[in-house]
Amino acid sequence: MASIAPHFSVLCVVIPLFGALLCAIIRNSRAAWLLAVCSALCSFLCAIFLLIHVKNGVVSYAIGGWQPPIGIEYRVDSFNAYVLALISAVGCLSILYAHNAISEVSPQNRSWYFSMMLLCLTGVMGMAATGDAFNLFVFMEIAALSSYVLIALGKQREALVAAYQYLIVGTIGATFYIIGIGFLYVSTGTLNIADLALRITPIKTTIPVLTGIGFLITGLSIKAAIFPLHAWLPNAYRFAPVPASALLSGTATKVALYILLRFIFGVLGAQFLLGTFGFYEVMVTFSLGAILCGSIVAVFQKNLRRMLAYSSVAQVGYITLGVALANENGLTGSLIHIVGHGITKAGLFFVAGSLLARLGSDHIADLAGAGRRMPWTVGSFIVLSLSMVGLPGTVGFLGKWYIAFAAVEHGSWWLAIIVIITSLFALIYMGRFIEMAYFSSRNEEKMKFLANPMSWNMGLSVAIVTGLCVWLGIDTEVLIDKARAAALLLMGANL
Amino acid sequence: MTGSQILLQLNYWLIIIVMMMGFYVVLTHENMIKKLIGLGVFQTSVYFLYIVPGKVIGGTAPIIASGYQVYSNPLPHVLILTAIVVGVATLALGLALVIRINEAYGTIEEDDLYGRGEWHQ
Repeated sequence: MASIAPHFSVLCVVIPLFGALLCAIIRNSRAAWLLAVCSALCSFLCAIFLLIHVKNGVVSYAIGGWQPPIGIEYRVDSFNAYVLALISAVGCLSILYAHNAISEVSPQNRSWYFSMMLLCLTGVMGMAATGDAFNLFVFMEIAALSSYVLIALGKQREALVAAYQYLIVGTIGATFYIIGIGFLYVSTGTLNIADLALRITPIKTTIPVLTGIGFLITGLSIKAAIFPLHAWLPNAYRFAPVPASALLSGTATKVALYILLRFIFGVLGAQFLLGTFGFYEVMVTFSLGAILCGSIVAVFQKNLRRMLAYSSVAQVGYITLGVALANENGLTGSLIHIVGHGITKAGLFFVAGSLLARLGSDHIADLAGAGRRMPWTVGSFIVLSLSMVGLPGTVGFLGKWYIAFAAVEHGSWWLAIIVIITSLFALIYMGRFIEMAYFSSRNEEKMKFLANPMSWNMGLSVAIVTGLCVWLGIDTEVLIDKARAAALLLMGANL
Repeated sequence: MTGSQILLQLNYWLIIIVMMMGFYVVLTHENMIKKLIGLGVFQTSVYFLYIVPGKVIGGTAPIIASGYQVYSNPLPHVLILTAIVVGVATLALGLALVIRINEAYGTIEEDDLYGRGEWHQ
């Protein structure tokens, strides 16, 4: 088994890539969709295989037989494998959901849409699997360019402007990343991330290295939508077709967080940045800003998807808060929350899309009484909302529990109290929709039904996500073990 | 920093100036095409940032031949070829989006755009 394991690290990237090319050729949208689901599923199975396998150590594959650090290396350890499993799962579910959910794309162009979704998945999988900093940039741009296309195909014309805004901001982010890598390359002479971690140690405090790190962190923070660099996110999630919103919230921003963690902890070492330059204070401030602003703005949104987008900004705040604490529990909490939020938010977007497909609107006011018409879908929404709030028995609880626990351990008990109190904001903004869906009888006759019922694949995606949310929340060991292994890897010596 | 030091690193100073000019245009211009031009300048300056340190003074092209011991580093060129392709793709997609925005709104000035439509719904 050991000999074939490295191949899976490449296969999980290459399968969706070739799937994307084939989808672009197939003109039948149903066949293209089946192919897309199959290739995403294969990619997911590869990722699960890697996740099980990396317990025995690091899986390394030298592309083209050129040995690292000269050649490009795909390097999967317990941290990557964890992220790969998350993003391939969300990617697979989003593509499963997409059939019949993209009414805005004309039928003859739908196979191209699936092709773009697979390319986006290729990009994010590649970002997570590769061990080469420049290769990572190329995958970052593959993911970004396909996601601009995915967003631009939204129903309203605002989608075009949202895609343009994201293109400008995203390209600035990627260019900042590449400037940072340029400085590090000039200083160390290597692009291999593992090798970089070794060579950077004696020259960490030199000015070119610090400049490079500054550019790198800023660029990745834009990509990860860390407050206050989140401005592109609400419009992109609001106006994109629903499967694209789910795919982006579960993969693109999460993988940017992964790379940020890889550089902050894996390359520079846990104590270097957080111990100096007031980085801890800055990160805590931004995290609290994200949590408070995101949550409060979410409360006042009239549109369900825009509300979910602002909620994403807030949830990323919890993740960065756990990172700022930089102890084992905090990092474990962040990693759990990356998965927990990725799955939960994808599921919430699925539900919003199902409501949009059947009821023709995703404005909260138009959805009054939806709970009585679509009990299963809105029921799933409630379960997922509780996960967003962080109720025990759902996956959202685990991450917040660990982050709050880490805050107490760190000695800043006031942060733990803020985490708990701000969780209640999620109850307010999620509760607004639930109250409207069940207890309001306004405009019941105005609610018009589309002739076609919700298709089975949309229902199945919602059911799987909701099931995952509860299963990971109850059978907690599964997620915690993997997250703790990854956190220990990051906290330990360089890579 | 003395004048002679600046002269010694003049290429880097020029790169930073071009970079910041591009970045400034992206941030300040309302016209979507001009923004993309700024983005192009910004990205191009990064190509220079990679190419310049790759040159070894007195080095020759990295082809093994008798009589030459010092070679320039070819790796930055390879990296930047990739980055150029990425930059072209980004620019092409950006321009395509601007064409569609112009069809949908009849303007490509951002100030006009945000005055229209249902931005906060």
